[in-house]
This record gives sequence, structure tokens and C-alpha cells, in this order.
Amino acid sequence: MIDLKYTVKDFKSENEVRWCAGCGDFAILNAVQRTMAGMGVPREKYAVISGIGCSSRFPYYMSTFGFHTIHGRAAAVATGVKLANPDLRVWVITGDGDSMAIGGNHFIHLIRRNIDMNLILFNNRIYGLTKGQYSPTTARGFKTKTSPFGTVEDPFVPGQLVIGARGTFFARTIDGNMKLSQSVFETAENHNGTSIVEVLQNCVIFNNGIHSALTDREHAADRQLILEHGKRMLFGKEKQKGLVFEKGKLKVVVVGENGITIDDILVHDVTEEDPILHLALINMQLPDFPVALGVIRSVSALVYNTELVEQIKDVQQKRKITCVDDLLNSGNIWEVEGNETEGSECPDLKLK
Amino acid sequence: MKDAKVIEMEEVTIRFSGDSGDGMQLTGTLFSDTSALLGNDISTFPDYPSEIRAPQGTVGGVSGFQVQFGQKQVNTPGDFAHVLIAMNPAAVKANAKFINPGGTIIYDSDAFTERNLKKANFVTDEPFVECNLEDYFKIPIPISSLTKESLKDFGLDNKSVLRSKNMFALGLVCWMFNRPLEYIEEFISTKFAKKPVVVDANIKVLRDGFNYGMTMQHMTPSYIVNPANIENGTYRNVNGNHATAWGLLAAAEKSGLELFIGSYPITPATDILSALSERKDLGVKSFQAEDEIAGIASAIGAAFAGDLAVTTTSGPGLALKSEAIGLAVMAELPLVIVNVQRGGPSTGLPTKTEQSDLLQALYGRNGESPVVVLAASTPSDCFWYAFKAAKIALERMVPVILLTDGFLGNGTEPWKITKMSELPSITPRIAKDAASFKAYKRDSETLAREWAVPGMQGFEHRIGGLEKNETGTVNHDPDNHQANTEIREDKVQRVVDMVPDLELCGDVDGDVLVVGWGGTYGHLISAVKELRQEGKNVSLTQFNYIKPLPKNTEEIFKKFKKIIVCELNMGQFAGYLRDKMPEFKYHQHNKVKGLPFTVKELKQSIYNLLEE
Repeated sequence: MIDLKYTVKDFKSENEVRWCAGCGDFAILNAVQRTMAGMGVPREKYAVISGIGCSSRFPYYMSTFGFHTIHGRAAAVATGVKLANPDLRVWVITGDGDSMAIGGNHFIHLIRRNIDMNLILFNNRIYGLTKGQYSPTTARGFKTKTSPFGTVEDPFVPGQLVIGARGTFFARTIDGNMKLSQSVFETAENHNGTSIVEVLQNCVIFNNGIHSALTDREHAADRQLILEHGKRMLFGKEKQKGLVFEKGKLKVVVVGENGITIDDILVHDVTEEDPILHLALINMQLPDFPVALGVIRSVSALVYNTELVEQIKDVQQKRKITCVDDLLNSGNIWEVEGNETEGSECPDLKLK
Repeated sequence: MKDAKVIEMEEVTIRFSGDSGDGMQLTGTLFSDTSALLGNDISTFPDYPSEIRAPQGTVGGVSGFQVQFGQKQVNTPGDFAHVLIAMNPAAVKANAKFINPGGTIIYDSDAFTERNLKKANFVTDEPFVECNLEDYFKIPIPISSLTKESLKDFGLDNKSVLRSKNMFALGLVCWMFNRPLEYIEEFISTKFAKKPVVVDANIKVLRDGFNYGMTMQHMTPSYIVNPANIENGTYRNVNGNHATAWGLLAAAEKSGLELFIGSYPITPATDILSALSERKDLGVKSFQAEDEIAGIASAIGAAFAGDLAVTTTSGPGLALKSEAIGLAVMAELPLVIVNVQRGGPSTGLPTKTEQSDLLQALYGRNGESPVVVLAASTPSDCFWYAFKAAKIALERMVPVILLTDGFLGNGTEPWKITKMSELPSITPRIAKDAASFKAYKRDSETLAREWAVPGMQGFEHRIGGLEKNETGTVNHDPDNHQANTEIREDKVQRVVDMVPDLELCGDVDGDVLVVGWGGTYGHLISAVKELRQEGKNVSLTQFNYIKPLPKNTEEIFKKFKKIIVCELNMGQFAGYLRDKMPEFKYHQHNKVKGLPFTVKELKQSIYNLLEE
């Protein structure tokens, strides 16, 4: 085996990156390129598929194979790519409008089938490319150009859809935390099945600061719970706060107070098949809880593309029909002999 | 006993008709297959309601299967039935208009109860009078009670017993038309191999039906239809949907590519998806998508990644796919889209046939979005046009829409089996030289780009739905958009060098040229042949290539005094021809009843035109 060494530069295309100055997408692009460079896989093995939206320009900035498709359909196009060539590393780049609204159906069915690919969901809770309308992840009451008096609908929580669609992998990261993003992307790439990574992304023009309650340096330690498999769920500047599970609910506690010891704090297990605790982590929101980041769920299950290949292999081992000639001559066939066909005045339009 | 009445006929049309749960489709199929095996040429037409089990005994729930078989070439399932088998009063009412004057009606007299007459909305107890069928030859047979009698020793419940009554009717009709029962018995034995009692019961009833005809021959006429004088070779029966599936398989094998089908079930196209799903033995990757859009989107992804990619649908599904077809046009990927047309608009008449998606196929997308459009014209030539659609897509890097219809898709005919060695080669435009590769660099003759797929080292590139330059980079330059728009149209027009010349049936000049396209061929050729036998100076030309049109179209048109375009819509092809060749006057014959043409109505329309 050749030891393949790649650098970030190997994954950058010649195209000038055209997002707004200060856009969170730059950092995500960088983290994806670093992840790919670190995988030891040559760039022609990657197919980056996107839908429509600011984030969906992403493939043009990669030096891999790329396909910028149509609104909402990236997951479906990527499905065809993976099934046509299961050896490829397929990445879907999409946003909260692309995957939660117009492409919601493809999103949930991709997850349900568990096709091996990574879907990076850029969630800025706004439509950026169409200049500032509310999206399916915009909070109730939020004022935008199309909700001048505030929205009267509740948003989706993307992780809930992942669990609802029997997802095998879900992680959450923040655009500005490149180290976390890169580590999450690596884990996602190594997961066999559909890996959904929600990136909380800042739209500097139309929704600037939407995640700042979470990202503010001053409060970050208290408001972010960065999960690690096998580690206790601790947060806060001194890692003095933690989570316990009581009466079917999560609860924030302080180690050393009210008789709580470190041993009472939950240990994160990404491989737990029962989704109850993973869902509870996904649901945590400010101000009562910190927001869960990192890999929340990673369980193994049957993978569609593998099963399809196996099924074809199984059937072919027992097959009687090995080519199209065999097929056409199977079943009820009969010979016509001894006829002298008269010339027809009209040409036979059947196959000549 | 009197002598049997034996009638020799060149061709006969039979219509099996009953409740949608009565097994009429199976009965008709078995009879047709038996006739084909005997050497008759056949053409079939299943005509069934869209409800799986419509209310029992109602006219809306009647399911019919019509077959014409003969000792000459048979091009249509027949306008009118010589023999109608009616399992209940509703079947008589639904089919009264489709029986040949003086035809024979065999009916299950047990089913003609007051209750059933009422369900079929008869107001008197004389259904045949109400339907103006007094002069027809009617043979009442207590099929239900004879079936019960036949199975009295089998210990089956009443419901199971009555399920076999279609076999009684089938046995009787086999006797009338001198068909042996071996093939049908073999079919029953294989189909119900796990339930021996069902095999025995069905075969018993089948034979009793046959024997009933023999012993009661003083009242049932018997017919002789000799084998047709068709070309020597190996034959099988095939319907259009299977032929389409097999043509795509043949194209995959010829091109050396794997076949991917991404589709969503929709009547009457679903059979193509199921026929290909069965072919895991040939390595088919079949993907039943979550919706029509995912069907085509996955196919586009598979095309991007190097498979022969196909999506299949019917009218409403084509509408849902239109944005994605635009993407395939813009990205210039090889893709075959099969549209088995049905009655529209909206949900329309799902199980009925129509040709009303022509303009949707040609123009139903945003922007200037040209695709190649082909149309198959008989159930068996769906094989060839599916193959050809794939060949054009792969060699010209362009999406191709193949139009068939419910009549072709479900209809069957004997097919002289094609050998793979007889088919032309297919050479996909796989890129070879990485150093000179550009995503949209074109062949100077055909304007087709090269195909480089993920995994090919050194060919990494990005494509998409945005307007682009030669390398695939996004480009909004006004002149570039103008040039690329013209190139995409020109590329489709240049496919004309893969389109054979249009052919004529009849003289090269004359009084009337009948113009048809796609699935109406059988009825049009029958009408034109009959008119020519009557000495009329009428010829037919049938289009299989809609876009681009064959090169010699104008040459053919200009030699006729009058042109009449016949189609199962309100004049879509006529309108298209007016746009492309405005110098001619196009008369029209149009029909949108969810039914194929009848030879009779076509002839009448042409007589009228000849007299004008």
C-alpha cells in the first residue's frame, strides 16, 4: 500500500471563492479540505454534490469531482452517484432551506436508507441567497423580509428529523470552531452509513450573530457541551457542571453541590442504539441547558449500498440468465418454420 | 346431435369481460398466448379500471381484455369483438358499443339476477334490449353453477370455487376456437405449484368448460383460424413495458455499462421498474425512489458517476421531473427518460391510453431546454426504441425522452426475438486524455462533450445547473449564454444523422398522406391498407423520431395533395409540424377518449377528406 500524503492545497480548486467577507462558509470549506487531505484518499475518489443556496457553491471551490445540482435534490443525486460507484467518497453540501424545506423528503429518506455518505447541513436559520427570508429552522416570532410581523410557525430541529428517520450518525459543530469541525468531519467520513453533520453557521449579511449567544467567548464554556465518546458530559470554565438523567429527563448539576460527585455525571456513549438519550441531547437549548456539540450518535446498521451490491452478488451466484440473449430466449418461445412470407407493400416498422 | 357449426375466419376479435376481481386479464392473456403458440399473429388490449376492486357488479368496475388473432398480419386488437364473454350484466352494458354487428355474446346466466341488473343500472329485466343487442347471437350458460357442479367433490368453500369460473369460460372459448389446453394447464401447474388442490380444481373446471362446448355444440359455433404466414424465426409474446425494459438491458450490455434505474411507481409505467428490478441476475441497480423527483435525480447522479441511467414514468411524473430534466440538459449528461403516456391532465385517466404528453416532452421545462424525443409504435418495437434512446444518449451526451403509451405498454404481440449480435454497437464518449480534458470541450461534428466520471484520475471537474464556460466554470457572460443556448439546440438537431429516413407505406405520391406518430401505427396501417384495397390513393407515414425530425420529412410531405395528422390528443403533433414546416396544410383527426383509434373511424375521416 502506498502511503498517500496530501495537503489542503491538493483539495483547493482554481476558482476564486465568492462568499461574502466574514461568511462562516470559509471556515467550513477549510475544515472539509483539511479533513480530506488527512484521509489519505486521492481526490478523484471524492464526489461533492450540492443543491442550491450559498453553501451549495461549495463544489466549485473543491478540486475533486463536483456537481452543483438543483434546489433540494442533492441527497437524491448523491444517492445515484453512490449506487453507481460505491467506491466513491460522497459528500453532500446543503443548507437549512435546501434540506429542511424543499428537500425535506430526500433528506429523511436518505437517512432511512442509511446510504454511506456525509451530509453537511449549513444551518444559518435564514435564506441567504434569496436575501433574507425565514427558513424552516428560523425561531418562532422571528422577523424577516417575509415575516415582517414575526413568523407564526415553529422550526425544525434537524437532529430530531435524523432520529425520527432512524439515523445512524448525527453530529453538531460550529463554523468558527475549525478544530471541532475537522474532528467531527473525520468521524463522519469514517462512519459507514449516512452521516449528518449540522454546522451552526453564521450568515454575516442576513442573520449576523444568530448563534452568538452560543459562540460568545465569554459564555462559550457555559453554553456549549462538547461531547466525546466515553467521556463524562461536563462543561463550564472549570468543567464543574455536568448532566445527569433523572426521571426520564436531563438535568444540569454542579459537581460538589447537593451531594453530586463526578461519578453521578453521565458518560457519553455514541454507540447506544436506543435513541432516547441522544434525542435529549439534541433537544437541549439555551438558556436552561448548554447546546450539545460534537458527535452525538454513531451506531452501526445495515448500509443500503452494501446490501444492494450483496443482493446482486447473491442472485448472480444462482443465476440461470447470464446475458440478454438468455433473457430474451427464456420463457415461452416458439419456432415458426416453413412459411414463405409474401412481400408486404408497406415496410415493416419493427426492428430491421 | 346436430352437426357443429364450423366457421373459418381470417381474423377474430374476442373480448373477455367481467368484474375487476373475475380474473379476466389472466384469462385473456392465457388465451392470447395459446393462440400465439399455435402460430396466429395476435394483438392484445387490456382495458381495466383504475380502482383495484371497484364496487362489484358495477359498470365502473368492469375489466376487459381484448385480443385479435388471425392468419394474416394483425396490427390492432380489433375495433369490435366478434365474441364477447360477459361474466355479469355490467360487462354487457360496458361493452355493448364494442361488439361487432351480429357478434356472439356468451354470458354467465347465473349472474343475470335482479340484483346484478340493478347494480349495472339496468331499469328492466331485459338487458340486451336495453343495450340494443337483440339481433346478436346470445349464448346463456350457467357458468357459476356449472363451476360449482364441477368442483363439488373438492371440498372448497364457495368463494374459492367461484374464483375458478373464469377457467370455465376459458375452456369453453378454447373449444370454440379449436385451441389445445396444454399450455394453459402447464401455466396453472407452475403458478400454483405450492397449492396442488388449486391446480387440480382449475384444470378440472377448464376441461369441463372445454367439454361443455363439445357436448353442447349444437348451440355454440366453432371457429377455425389458421396460423399466420409470418416470417420464420424464434418468437415470443411481449408487451411494450417489458420490451422497453429489455431494450434498456440490451443497451447496457452493448455499451459495457451497468444499468441504473431510479423510478417511482406510476400507472401504466410501473411494469418497466418491476421488470428491471427482477434482473439482479444481469446486475441491474434498481432504486425505488421516494418520489418522481428523486427518481430522476438519482438517475442523473448515476449518469454523472458513469452508469447507463434511466428513469421511467407517466405524464404526471414527467411534470414533476421537468426541473431535473433541465439539469440533465444543462449538465449534458446521458439520460433516458421513458414516459408511458396516459390520459391527462392531472391524474386524468391513469389506466387509459392517450398521446397528450408530446408537447410536455418537447417543451415542458423552463428556459431553452432541448432534448431528443423518440416514440415507439408497437409493443415489440419499444425494444428497439429504448435501445436507440440509450444509444443516442450515450453517444451524444444528451437526455432522450422516449414516449410510449398505455396501449403499447400493456398490449402484447408476438415478437421475432432479436439477437444481440444483430444490434448496432454503442460507444459511450468516455474521456481518454486527461491533459486535454475540459468538461465542455466538444466534438466538432456532433457537438457532444466527453464523459469523465468520478474515480478517473486527472479528470476532476465540476459541473452544474448554472451557465458555464468550456471548463465547466460558472459564467454569466451574455454572449457565452447565447452561444451555449444555440449549441445545446444544435447538438440535438445534429442527432439527425442517427435518424433513418422516414418511410412510406403506399405510393410515394397521391391524394392523401396519413401522418401518425408513436403508438397509433397498428390502427393507422390497418385503415390505410383497407383503403388501398378499396382503390383509394392513400399512403401512411409514421413518425418514431419527433425531435429531431427525419431529414426527408419535407420531401415526403410535398408529394401529396392532402395531409391528415391523426393522433390521440387535440392536435399536438399537427401543431408542431405547422411550426416546423408551415408551408403545408395539415388536416387533423383527433380523439381523447382514453381509447385507441378504431380502424372504422379513421377510414371515415379519410373518406371525408377524399371527398372534400
